[in-house]
Amino acid sequence: MATTFQTPPVPVTPAPGRPASGPAVGGGRDLGGQVLNVFSHGFLVTWALLVILPLGWAVMSSFKTDAEIVRDPIGPPSGLHWENFSTAWTTGHIGDLFFNTIVVMAGGVFLTMLFGAMAAYVLARYEFPGNKLIYYSFVAGLTLPIFLAIVPLYQVVANLGNSVRWLGLNQYPMLVLVYVAYSLPFTVFFLHSFFRSLPTAIAEAAIVDGASHTRLFFQVMVPLAKPGLISIGIFNIIGQWNQWLLPTVLMQAQGGGEEKRAMLAQGLIDLQVNQGYQGDYGALFAGMTMAMLPILVVYVSFQRQVQAGLTGATLK
Amino acid sequence: MRHGKYPFIAGFLAAPLALYVIFLISPYAQTVMNSFTNWGGFSNQAEYVGTENYARLLKDELFHAALWHNVFFLVALPLVTVTLALFFAFLLNVGGRGGRAGVRGVFGSGLYKVVFFFPQVLSVAIIVILWDALYRTDGQGLLNWLLIKIGLLDPLHPLQFTNNPTPFLGVPQVLWWLLIIVVWANVGFYLVLFSAAMQSIPKDIYEAAMLDGATRVHTFFRVTLPLLRDSVSVAWVYLGFLALDMFVWVFALTPQQGGPNHASEVFATVLFREAFTRGQFGYACAMGVAMAVFALLLGAVQLTATRRERIEF
Repeated sequence: MATTFQTPPVPVTPAPGRPASGPAVGGGRDLGGQVLNVFSHGFLVTWALLVILPLGWAVMSSFKTDAEIVRDPIGPPSGLHWENFSTAWTTGHIGDLFFNTIVVMAGGVFLTMLFGAMAAYVLARYEFPGNKLIYYSFVAGLTLPIFLAIVPLYQVVANLGNSVRWLGLNQYPMLVLVYVAYSLPFTVFFLHSFFRSLPTAIAEAAIVDGASHTRLFFQVMVPLAKPGLISIGIFNIIGQWNQWLLPTVLMQAQGGGEEKRAMLAQGLIDLQVNQGYQGDYGALFAGMTMAMLPILVVYVSFQRQVQAGLTGATLK
Repeated sequence: MRHGKYPFIAGFLAAPLALYVIFLISPYAQTVMNSFTNWGGFSNQAEYVGTENYARLLKDELFHAALWHNVFFLVALPLVTVTLALFFAFLLNVGGRGGRAGVRGVFGSGLYKVVFFFPQVLSVAIIVILWDALYRTDGQGLLNWLLIKIGLLDPLHPLQFTNNPTPFLGVPQVLWWLLIIVVWANVGFYLVLFSAAMQSIPKDIYEAAMLDGATRVHTFFRVTLPLLRDSVSVAWVYLGFLALDMFVWVFALTPQQGGPNHASEVFATVLFREAFTRGQFGYACAMGVAMAVFALLLGAVQLTATRRERIEF
């Protein structure tokens, strides 16, 4: 269904033009500043284009036929070839990938935050034997790359699945719990220092007023720690969204006609391998566009929080 | 605060700790134990072989080559990324028109940050697909097509990108092409990180320096950079961990997952092949342990080397 109207859907490059020669400030004294300003925008616009243009190019290519992509990689599409999107949706199962990813991430991020906050709080504010040992074992988990553990992990999960089915391979609850376990080190490390920095006076007042430890945590400390929780929450959302190795190994079809419940990143790489062999680049770009646009929309709407959250979490 | 303290502590720690032990501690512990066996991976047969696997590591040339490739990324990735990110952060925050108010950020710096940060929120898979298309080697990939169009490249000899094992500055070209991707994907994040740190430096420090006659470049090297030391060292550590990993990039973007002809092997791909393709699981575990020790040492060295008194403002 090649339609005839010609609108290349290239996103308008939001490279801001420099303000047309503004009022000269400070006389000749700040000539260096003027030069630097032009120079700055030159470099910044260049890098912005290096980021935007490839992405825009991929979006544009998703509307072209394969012949067009090969013949003229940068020309506009002859029409809007939506069939690329339907191919990607049906053969690439993009819809299922989104569904799987959202199900797992909803559980994964929520439980990471809950368990991470609980553990970090207890470790930060209560003295008990073994406290340091537990804390440092969480911190040590930060430095170890996942693939060191991947085959024993596969075995652990396969064995669990023999006794409890929903904890086995290719099961949502299993992957949720694995994500939680691998997100805990950083979450605990980050929130530990956050809970430490909260004032003790409020906690003491609440105890004097008869609040239980559990109530103190949920009704006093969690609200106080909200900025930290938002930062680490965003960090975990991006981290789990980007997971590729864990689902690739753990979410494989287990026979019995069961489909593999692939995550988005995993499914896209599969699509790359398959479509690449078939030379179906249009569908590959369409799949990529469908996966990319929602996250960019969410990011642009919450960019301030996302940037502050991610960088704040790193600097702790 | 005494009453009911221990049941509460146990209740709060039970679930997170159980998950952590089952899915993280126990696989790592098994990795260490397996490194002393000749386990094949998926059967239950394994014999204790002592430190044989470790002795083999010392003689394994592929492993040594992979180690050097990781060292290349360990040096080049933080160096290039941090330099570019600092440069852009400097332009964003002090590159604006100076006025009576002293130093200012450039116009539209918020917009630049949004754009630069894009690759950070894209899934790794999307970046892989995108760059695979940019790097197509047959003259129809975007980069080759453009270079041929403007006449910089002979149409019969398009660039081979990650297919090219010939050394450039002593390092296989394929590694440089991968480096470009990882730098592209990470500069934005560290730019925002450094930019936030720069904004927390009080303006009057800059004004005082300006009054004393310091130029902007001087100010950057003598004032800003020393005050950013903490963020730069954190960035260095994080990028160091990325450099030790590199798995997904090599796995998805090079021929034979580490090729051509092993020119782009890193720790992780060698380990993965030993374990999953060749069934040398005990040996792969020994590699893993060696690498974990390397990572821990690296982290410790970085942190102690960069630790010093903080300047509070």
